[in-house]
Amino acid sequence: MTSTNSIVEARGIHKHFGALHVLKGVDLVVAERELVFVIGPSGSGKSTLLRCLNRLEEPSSGSIVVDGIDMLAAKTDINHARRRIGMVFQSFNLYPHMTALGNVTLALRKVAGKSRDEADALGRAALERVGLADRAGHTPGQLSGGQQQRVAIARSIALEPRVMLFDEPTSALDPELVGSVLEVMRSLRESGMTMIVVSHEMGFARNAADRVVFMDDGAIVEQGPPAAIFADPQHERTRAFIGQIQRH
Amino acid sequence: MSNWQRFLETFFNAKVMVKYWPDIAYGMLVTVELAVLVVISGLAAGLFLALIRSLAIRPLNWLIIFVVDLFRALPPLVIIVLIYFGFPSIDVTPSGFVSTWMSLALVLMAFSEEIFWAGITSVHKGQWEASRSTGLSFGQTLMNVVLPQALRLTIPPLTNRTIAITKGTALGSVVAVNEILGQASSAVSNSYNPSPLILGAAAYLVLFLPVVVLGRWIEKKWSWKR
Repeated sequence: MTSTNSIVEARGIHKHFGALHVLKGVDLVVAERELVFVIGPSGSGKSTLLRCLNRLEEPSSGSIVVDGIDMLAAKTDINHARRRIGMVFQSFNLYPHMTALGNVTLALRKVAGKSRDEADALGRAALERVGLADRAGHTPGQLSGGQQQRVAIARSIALEPRVMLFDEPTSALDPELVGSVLEVMRSLRESGMTMIVVSHEMGFARNAADRVVFMDDGAIVEQGPPAAIFADPQHERTRAFIGQIQRH
Repeated sequence: MSNWQRFLETFFNAKVMVKYWPDIAYGMLVTVELAVLVVISGLAAGLFLALIRSLAIRPLNWLIIFVVDLFRALPPLVIIVLIYFGFPSIDVTPSGFVSTWMSLALVLMAFSEEIFWAGITSVHKGQWEASRSTGLSFGQTLMNVVLPQALRLTIPPLTNRTIAITKGTALGSVVAVNEILGQASSAVSNSYNPSPLILGAAAYLVLFLPVVVLGRWIEKKWSWKR
C-alpha cells in the first residue's frame, strides 16, 4: 500500500543492539495528518522504532522514507532531513544554559539560517502556540515540567516539521501537569500535524488517535482504530496488555 | 646582638631589600608574562585536544590519551630540563623562558584536556539527541549545546589546576629565567643574605593570592544550580 498521501513509510525495520534483536521487521506507514498512537509493554521496541524514523538510532536493515526523502540513503543530508521531523523526548532535553526563546530559536538560526530577529519572531510565535509567550525569557530551571515539555514542543514546531514524533512526552510529568501538555498536542493535531506518539495516555489515544498500533517483542501485533483496539482486541497479547492498563 | 636582632638582620635586612627590590619587581614582570602565556596556550591546546577527542577517531584518541598521560606523569621540572638541555642537540636552542613556557603549557594542556573531556562526556546524551533531532550538525551541537554546559562544569577544577601549574613558573629559575625566584636567588648570592627570598615570597603572594581568591569566587559563582 504505497498510498500517495503517506508521509512516513518504514518497511522491514530490524534493529539489533549487540545480541539483542529489538525490532523484528516492523512496517509502519503513516498518512498525512494522521495521528498514530503506539502502545505496548516496556521493552517492546516502541521508542526504538520512533528513534529509527529520524535516525537517532541506525536501523540494522529496512527502509525509511519520510516526506519523500530516503532517510537511510548515503547521499541524504540527514541534518537537512531532520528539520522535517520534530521530536519530543520523555525527559524534555531542553538546553539548560539557554532561555526558553533561546531553546526554540537555536535551530532556526543555525539550521534554517534565519537572522536573529526573524528567529526571535518565529520563536515567540511558537511559544505563543504552546501558551508560553510570557515565559520566553525564563530558563528551563525556572519552568515546571509541563512548561518545559511545552517549550520542547515549541522548539520542534518552530521548524515547521512535516511530522512530529513524541517519545513518551508525559511520562516524566507530575499527574497534574500532564493535561497542559496533552492540550498542546491536541491543538497541534487540530492544526493538521501528522503525529506519531508513543505514550501510555490511553484516554488521549481513545479521543485523539486515528489509529492505535500495539507492539510487543519488537513487532507490531495488531493495529486499528482506537475503538476497535481498546474494545475488541483480536490478539491474546493485546487483550492482556489492554486489560492490565484498564485495571488502573 | 640578641637572637631576635640576628634573625631580623638575616631575613629582613632593610639595606639588602632596598637594594634588590627593583630586581624582584622585574622578576614579577617576567613571572606574569610567563604565567599569562602558559595559561592561554595551555588551556587553548587542552580544549583543542578535547574537541579533537570528541570526534572519536580511535587512533587519534589513543595518541591524545598517550600524550596527555605522559605529560601528566612527568614532573614539570624534568620536562623543562629535557627541552632546555636536550633540544640543542637537534640544533634547536630554546631560551630558558621558552623552555619553561613550553613545559608548563604542555602540562596544563594535558591536565586541562582531561578536565575538558570529562566536562564534555558529562553532558547528558539527551542534549545531543535533542539538538541533532532539530537538524544541528555534530559540530554545531558541540559548540552551541554541549560545550557551553561542559565549560560551566569544568571551571572549578580548571581554576585549581591552572593555579597549581602556573606557580610552576618558579621552576624557570633552574634554567636561568629571571623570574621572581631566579632574581631572588641571584640577589641572595650577591648579597650573602637571604632577605631577597622573603621579598620573593612576598612577590608571589602579591601575584597569586588574588588569583586564588578569584578562583574561589569563580568556583562559587559557576557552581551548577539546577
